Amino acid sequence: MPSLDDLRKRITSVKSTQKITKAMKMVAAAKLRKAQENAEKGRPYSEKMNNVILNLSKSITDKENAPKLLVGTGEEKVHLCIVLTADRGLCGGFNTNIIKKAKSYFEKIISENKTLKIMTVGSKGYDQLKRQYKSYILDNISFKESKNINYFDADKVGKIIIEKFEKNEFDVCAIFYNKFKNVITQIPQEQQIVPLNEDKNDKDDSSNDNDYEFEPDEDEILSNLLPKNISTQIFKAMLENSASEQGSRMTAMDNATRNAGELVDRLTIEYNRSRQAAITKELIEIISGAESL
Amino acid sequence: MSNLFNIDIVNPEQSFLSKDNVFEVVIPAVEGEIGILKDHIPIISFLKPGIIRVFSESEEQSFYVEDGIVEFKDNTLSVLTSSIFDLKDADKNFVSESISSAEAELSKDNIDDQKRFLLNHKVEVLKSISIN
Repeated sequence: MPSLDDLRKRITSVKSTQKITKAMKMVAAAKLRKAQENAEKGRPYSEKMNNVILNLSKSITDKENAPKLLVGTGEEKVHLCIVLTADRGLCGGFNTNIIKKAKSYFEKIISENKTLKIMTVGSKGYDQLKRQYKSYILDNISFKESKNINYFDADKVGKIIIEKFEKNEFDVCAIFYNKFKNVITQIPQEQQIVPLNEDKNDKDDSSNDNDYEFEPDEDEILSNLLPKNISTQIFKAMLENSASEQGSRMTAMDNATRNAGELVDRLTIEYNRSRQAAITKELIEIISGAESL
Repeated sequence: MSNLFNIDIVNPEQSFLSKDNVFEVVIPAVEGEIGILKDHIPIISFLKPGIIRVFSESEEQSFYVEDGIVEFKDNTLSVLTSSIFDLKDADKNFVSESISSAEAELSKDNIDDQKRFLLNHKVEVLKSISIN
């Protein structure tokens, strides 16, 4: 049985924790709005990029000589996995969900006796993966310094990937991130970016009729465009990730605040009860003392 | 009949410019400048460093781009670029920095001819901006 003093201390401590989580929730809510806006603003670019690539790849007739970034190296022995996580914790299952998704993919690759290479973006992912997969991790990139997500950061990652691809260091590249659905739901995603997975559900066959004029030729445009597309995909993933991170944190902090509130209520009742019990006990002592006289 | 068409310039972060009343756009495509009018045939090309000029009924705008992709289809010109700024808001420091970094690149030995050409061109365009 904790003493009254102990209870009082607990209550104050829980209350101050509650204040912190509440503040974090509000900060996350404000940041979320911004991140969501950014994600929406960034969408036209990646959509248009996809469109152009779709149109281009349709018009490529010579599949044999098509750029390797599009069709792959013909093998799939070495897998490079880019795991995008947050730099900060306290955001619920956000980081863990990505890691879980990535780990199941890693296990699959290892069990198939293929070579696994990992690059992490964001320090939390590195922290969680280094225990188990230290020997596979090539590099950890963190953009803690940049306040906002910007394209140049994504471009840096993209350039590293392309450099590695040109040196034939991997055959398949996949990225892992959280897709933002709404504040409560974020879906961990696995997306293959090299070779480019063609969308099976090409809905707009109408664009087939459009014969584009290419200047210079298709191959050259594609080889110029595909590296850019990788950066764009990573940028998109980063935007989605940041919106997801804030959403996830907001929900987590909201829950924490509510839990703290419940805890305070319970502790207060316990405090009052034991205070009352102490008073009653004293009264009984006084009365029985008076009676015995 | 009107001779106007749409233009969308987007960069990764946001939509940069969207107009539906332009009658001519001149873009610095990699194989030379292209002037685009309404009902141009569908075209995909990419850009070299240069200046995009957008002529609309009321005004003429100029933007500096470093690279990008253009697509023209159904009377909509889409320009995707990661580095663009309005010549009116050109930042002197930024321009001179870009020039010196491009020149530094040029002085390296391991660049191929195409890259050298692009860099030379970039320096040229940027210098012309900084003079104005």
